[in-house]
Amino acid sequence: MTDPQVGMLMLGLFIFIIMLGFPIAFTLIAMGVGFGYYAYYTPGQDIVQNRVFTLLVQKTFEVASNDVLVAVPLFLFMGYLVERSNILDRLFHSLQLSMKNVPGALAVATLVTCAMFATATGIVGAVVTLMGLLAFPAMLKAGYDVKLSAGVVCAGGCLGILIPPSILLIVYAATAGVSAVKLYAAAFLPGFLLTALYIAYVIIRAMINPKLAPKLPKEQTDIPFSQVLWALATSFLPLALLIVSVLGAILFGLATPSEAAGIGALGSIVLAAAYGALNFTMLRDSVYLTARATAMVCYLFIGSWTFSSVFAYLGGQSVVEQFFLGLNLSTTGFLVLTQVIIFLLGWPLEWTEIIIIFVPIFLPLLDDFKVDPIFFGILVALNTQTAFNTPPVAMAAFYLKGVAPPWVKLTDIFSGALPFVFMVFATMILVYIFPGIALWLPDYLYTAR
Amino acid sequence: MTRFLHFIDSLSTWVGKAFAWLILVLTLGISYEVFVRYVLRAPTTWAFDFSYINYGALFLMAGAYTLSRNGHVRGDVVYRLWKPRTQASMDLVLWIIFFLPAVAAWIYAGTPYALQSIGFREVSIFSPAGVPVFPLKTLIPVAGFFLLIQGIAEIVRCILCIRQGYWPQRLHDVEETESILLQEKHTSARAEASR
Repeated sequence: MTDPQVGMLMLGLFIFIIMLGFPIAFTLIAMGVGFGYYAYYTPGQDIVQNRVFTLLVQKTFEVASNDVLVAVPLFLFMGYLVERSNILDRLFHSLQLSMKNVPGALAVATLVTCAMFATATGIVGAVVTLMGLLAFPAMLKAGYDVKLSAGVVCAGGCLGILIPPSILLIVYAATAGVSAVKLYAAAFLPGFLLTALYIAYVIIRAMINPKLAPKLPKEQTDIPFSQVLWALATSFLPLALLIVSVLGAILFGLATPSEAAGIGALGSIVLAAAYGALNFTMLRDSVYLTARATAMVCYLFIGSWTFSSVFAYLGGQSVVEQFFLGLNLSTTGFLVLTQVIIFLLGWPLEWTEIIIIFVPIFLPLLDDFKVDPIFFGILVALNTQTAFNTPPVAMAAFYLKGVAPPWVKLTDIFSGALPFVFMVFATMILVYIFPGIALWLPDYLYTAR
Repeated sequence: MTRFLHFIDSLSTWVGKAFAWLILVLTLGISYEVFVRYVLRAPTTWAFDFSYINYGALFLMAGAYTLSRNGHVRGDVVYRLWKPRTQASMDLVLWIIFFLPAVAAWIYAGTPYALQSIGFREVSIFSPAGVPVFPLKTLIPVAGFFLLIQGIAEIVRCILCIRQGYWPQRLHDVEETESILLQEKHTSARAEASR
């Protein structure tokens, strides 16, 4: 067997082993070491002397000393703290009061709450379950359509992985070796566009058919304006300030993403203290969960970087490249094909594995097809939103089903989330037709004039 | 056997949790750097090295703890449909033929790497402050050692499961919000149904 064939065997075997459900990080390390031993074997060499050992330890240290990935534990920590700071109820309540005259007020308030809370915490499951217990029953009680209510909770909960400062973008930046700052700037407008589309959709549906989202009874909304303002000032404002200062510091070059994440983590400790939620238990829980989630992500990186070095050394990477080039695709064709593959990978895998393991296979091809890796990253970030809401896996739908009243059917949740999935595709197409949506802001901010 | 399993689980958990607190050190250290840079106009020379060393130590040493919580992500589309016995048998084989050799290679490669670094008291090349980087390199084989014994514990867990037909209960620990909420809802629904 030639080396490139061994490389393809390596990839095939890897996909097979993943399907057996063994922890992916260690599958990658084991296969990297095993195939690497073969690849770097020199006849006559002492059997314990092999360059693969050096490779493994070098890659481990590269991950452990990566200054972009430092932001990962800090953003996670910030997220776990915000999640435990008792801010969600107030935020939802105040937004709901301030939007009472908008058609579909509760659903719009849910979307805005989700977008903000998800942006600060970044953990889809937590946002969907918490909002599933808070906003979803509130909407059902007010007589809102089940499907519409389920759709906004599921779709809103996923926005946090797109809207900066999102962890997904940090992970992509570390994988692709692009600037995390530029990536944040690029994700800014698409994130807003998608949120705006969601809100517009809810308002239009509520205007066409008011039965879907009845107005709240007068006694619930008849609250003096000053009280509404006060509610906003004590819930919306502090969280908005936290997000805007973290993001602003990054975009205007005042701090690196990891520094801004550190400040954000400190800020969320202060925020939790201000809401009387800061205590040893919540701090401890956040610390431990942060450590576990960080280890999960970073061991994947060790595995992936070792694996892909060996894969490239064997020539597997160039086989993949030749294959794609041999298809004679146009740039559009290439983008569509890769996004379809990523969409399909979202069925068995989560975004962490897709970005850390599979995106690197496409990255060297971007140059051949003249695709900007930042632009590609934004498409991937948008694409991963859909996996949470598309059957059969649809994590967000299952989370909501898990906390919803028993009579709410899973099929209702699926069909409620479907229009939102289409809006994600629409945004991807818009970003493709008008790349400026993604690339204008980073160009404007970081190109010397 | 259960006692051995619980002993290793507790050991990994204790080590992982001890290093987990570095996130607080990291948060405060970075905030201090930003403070002195903008308010006092006197940036530190050590902040860059300080941040990755804390981060690196944090995640390396949390590896075994995460393993003890089954926290390393699996592609479980098919896996979760299997009976516990099938899961455990498949895992058992893969722990032995995949995990143990991989981690052994890690320790084997990491030890001379760390010893060499300790040998010349290696400091970081990124800053003039001379931040020592050898402790972080030393943690690579140390983390490998904890992963190895946790791997042996996972093998024991698989054997127990194959014998009993169900997965042994894990030690109590903090869980993600969504897991807690789903669990609560599940329990209350059951209580309602039995009433």
